[in-house]
Amino acid sequence: MKLWKRLMCTARRRSPWLFHMNSGSCNGCDIEIVAALSPRYDAEQLGVRLEGSPRHADILCVTGPVTRKAVGAVKTVYDQVLGPKAVIAIGSCPATTNVFIDSRTLDGPLDKHLPVDVFVPGCPPRPDAIIAGVAKAAEILAERGNNPPQTNVAIAAAEEVQQ
Amino acid sequence: MTLLTALARLLIFPGLLFAVPAAWFFLWVERKSVALMQERVGPPFMQPFFDFVKLLGKSTPPRSGIAGLLMRAWPLIAVSAAAGAVGLLPVLPSSGGFEGDLILLLALLELPSICIIAAGFSSRSIFGEIGSAREAALSVSYNIVFLLAIVSIAASQHTFRLDALASAPSTPLHWLGILAILVCLPAKLHINPFSLPNAEQEIYAGPMTEYAGPELAMWELSHGLEWVAGTGLVATLVAPHVSSVWLAAMIFVAISFAVVLLLSALAAATARLAIDTTVRFYWQCTLIFAVLAVSSALFMRFRS
Repeated sequence: MKLWKRLMCTARRRSPWLFHMNSGSCNGCDIEIVAALSPRYDAEQLGVRLEGSPRHADILCVTGPVTRKAVGAVKTVYDQVLGPKAVIAIGSCPATTNVFIDSRTLDGPLDKHLPVDVFVPGCPPRPDAIIAGVAKAAEILAERGNNPPQTNVAIAAAEEVQQ
Repeated sequence: MTLLTALARLLIFPGLLFAVPAAWFFLWVERKSVALMQERVGPPFMQPFFDFVKLLGKSTPPRSGIAGLLMRAWPLIAVSAAAGAVGLLPVLPSSGGFEGDLILLLALLELPSICIIAAGFSSRSIFGEIGSAREAALSVSYNIVFLLAIVSIAASQHTFRLDALASAPSTPLHWLGILAILVCLPAKLHINPFSLPNAEQEIYAGPMTEYAGPELAMWELSHGLEWVAGTGLVATLVAPHVSSVWLAAMIFVAISFAVVLLLSALAAATARLAIDTTVRFYWQCTLIFAVLAVSSALFMRFRS
């Protein structure tokens, strides 16, 4: 039983499948997510797969400052991702609503609605920072297992991978 | 003794104990060769295994009623059919135990795609239904060619018995049939350029859109087993007849691996075709070729 738990922990760390959700982003961060999967950065080395359906995903990558229109969709998609799951806020927008702060069309930031596990700051963040964020989220996922999300969050920055 | 041999073939080689690791290995080879052709490093060797274990540990959405029961059943039927098809392959020369014929093998090879069609429709997702409709159209087009190719091989050898077909001397017609099977395999395995049914991103995940956790793990496994069964069928038809058991097994694995590499290279080099182009390809180009093969096989048979 213990061996199975350790195997499951390793498998969760080594196989993060992503679902990418745009909540009103300018498309900058979305391009960087795709760049992280491209030959130059190749996130598939970590077992990352960008999935088409939220049902298949482990990690929900949210970009954009969460507009009023997107709130319902973000919550629905979060519920469609099955546990154990983690949420990454990619870019400065979901973390702080960035330059759109105080806009009347926004209902952000993201952690008002979902328990965010990892913030990847930047406008847009570099692909290597996104990969560092995914790796960190996968570790959180492996440690947490089926337990409910904690309040402490991690911040992934590009420097960690550039060393 | 015959029961023991049959069990050994179904459970050890080329059955489950060989087929499941082989399925993961072939899935890895597929992803890795695509990565190498795109100048990437690609996934680590154990990736399909980790994906499988992780999916087993995920929860599934609550499903109720007959539709929920069916949704849980389809992946299991698909896996057992594909595993049975691999177990039936006449790899080892010493035949014994349960001897299925070619028709049973074809039925077992066809079951996973019927399960996929049914699974997409029973999930009631619009993307699943589009995927299933595409799978059904694709299945109708490539299966005629596939069946005609098999029939032409069988007709040229006067038999439907698997071990007799595997050890039969090769004729030009035999090779024509094998070529037709190879043309159908990308469609059967849903890889590029015929990856319409599960068109990633385009219709989310096609029939698999609503599946999650252990059910999705079973679909991945059945896809891997289909790889083993499809390439194994070609390998048994191509392989020369040897008496040594170990040599036969090694030749089988080597030819299967070569076919996987060939199909993966094709998948990496091509883009997805639209449904009308695919259907036209199978009906216009390959059907003529398959009908020619069957008619010449029948002609040869009546002349001899």
